[in-house]
Amino acid sequence: MDAVTTAPVRTAPAPSLKIAGLAYAYPDGHQALFGVDLTVARGERVALLGPNGAGKTTLVLHLNGILAPGAGTVTVAGLPVVRRHLAEIRRRVGIVFQDPDDQLFMPTVREDVAFGPAAAGLRGAALDARVTEALGRVGMAEFADRPPHHLSFGQRRRVAVATVLAMRPEILVLDEPSSNLDPASRRELADILRVLDVTVLMVTHDLPYALELCPRSVVLSEGVIAADGPTQELLSDADLMAAHRLELPFGFDPRSVTIPTS
Amino acid sequence: MGAGHAHKLYRPAHSPVHALPPHCKIAAVLCFVLAVVATPRTALWAFALYALLLAAVAAAARVPAGFLLKRLLIEVPFVAFAVLMPFVATGPRVHILGLSLSESGLWGAWNILAKGTLGVAASVLLAATTELRGLLLGLQRLRMPPLLVQIASFMIRYGDVIADELRRMRIARLSRGFEARGVRHWGVLAKSAGALFIRSYERGERVHLAMVSRGYTGTLPVPDAAPATGGQWSRAAALPAAALAVCLLGWTL
Repeated sequence: MDAVTTAPVRTAPAPSLKIAGLAYAYPDGHQALFGVDLTVARGERVALLGPNGAGKTTLVLHLNGILAPGAGTVTVAGLPVVRRHLAEIRRRVGIVFQDPDDQLFMPTVREDVAFGPAAAGLRGAALDARVTEALGRVGMAEFADRPPHHLSFGQRRRVAVATVLAMRPEILVLDEPSSNLDPASRRELADILRVLDVTVLMVTHDLPYALELCPRSVVLSEGVIAADGPTQELLSDADLMAAHRLELPFGFDPRSVTIPTS
Repeated sequence: MGAGHAHKLYRPAHSPVHALPPHCKIAAVLCFVLAVVATPRTALWAFALYALLLAAVAAAARVPAGFLLKRLLIEVPFVAFAVLMPFVATGPRVHILGLSLSESGLWGAWNILAKGTLGVAASVLLAATTELRGLLLGLQRLRMPPLLVQIASFMIRYGDVIADELRRMRIARLSRGFEARGVRHWGVLAKSAGALFIRSYERGERVHLAMVSRGYTGTLPVPDAAPATGGQWSRAAALPAAALAVCLLGWTL
């Protein structure tokens, strides 16, 4: 169950995520997605921007097969998201939900991080090593035996990231990673995300955070991808921003920012 | 509901009783209680011996008598029922301090009181020497239906979260000048309870989504643990074995 060894070796790896013509309507008839096309190459960090109700969460729930598309396809590292691949797809797509209290459901941090790999069949020393490694990557190794509800919010968010890192995902999907974090926790999380060697799709309203972490952004608006390009360019396009209800914080000028390189 | 509130029953210490694997202790307590319940109620001395056995375990576990007695108070509502029995039961009556009491009622009350107290004391000792988490793992290892173990472990995990939500709702009510004073305000409290239920239910759905996203298919992984050794089992068996001997003596003498 090792992502590195099981991935087919070829010169140009399959993109981590490929969405083609994805459309979806909820059972009550409300259509949320109208043909979404998006390709995320291996190792890319992409921000998914969009106003409330644009269909961001609906899109995310398609990535690991919680919702099944009405039309179109989703492919993760070459593997189509269909029922018979669901177990492997859910290992490859690590979703970090917005509220860490929803994500961390086991009595201790260690057991929670072990949950995903154990569900995939890992046991014993290999499981322990995986847990230690994942917690180490988010700097939470010394909290392994604490119950999640005794941690601070920022610590819980980091543990939530570790719970999916432990599954060695092909792509990390973060839903509003910076919400409810104080500036220091925000920065600590950014430092962790920046050095991760994994494809990242980050759903966010936090435009400066997107600019800081993601070289590329896509705007999802009214169920379609309305724009796709370098984050700095998109955020500097005032007309585009206004057309899709995206607003920068007061006094923030994306053109004045030097993007940290990593 | 502060941190650690849920673990008040547990008394951390290093003792031979604490060191035993949880599932051995659970099995031992269950067998002990069965032996106690099977003892004829007229064998008064047997119950004294049981109490001595528990006292020995408490001493080995370094659980102070005061702690044990305080925890025993949980039994009071059941005792109240037992106290009623001599008054309401029928049959031959005896007169004590001017009260007319039923003889079989007295025996029945004694039966409930003695066996109940011993059972509660054994459970309190188990809880005082075993962490909550360990108890759940123990039950899992003893093949308790996994669904029940999962429900119990979610209760531990989310008890604090929900209590915290309740506290925030209360503060929000107080901040808007609401104070429950009498029946007229029960409607508001009922609506709060309803809102809390809906919120918890929705959280349950989100938690399930997060679990499914990480490959949940109906079972929680059981952490690997070394199986209990024969020595550990025989040490755990000391209490129920002694109790069984007392019980058999109670029937033969």
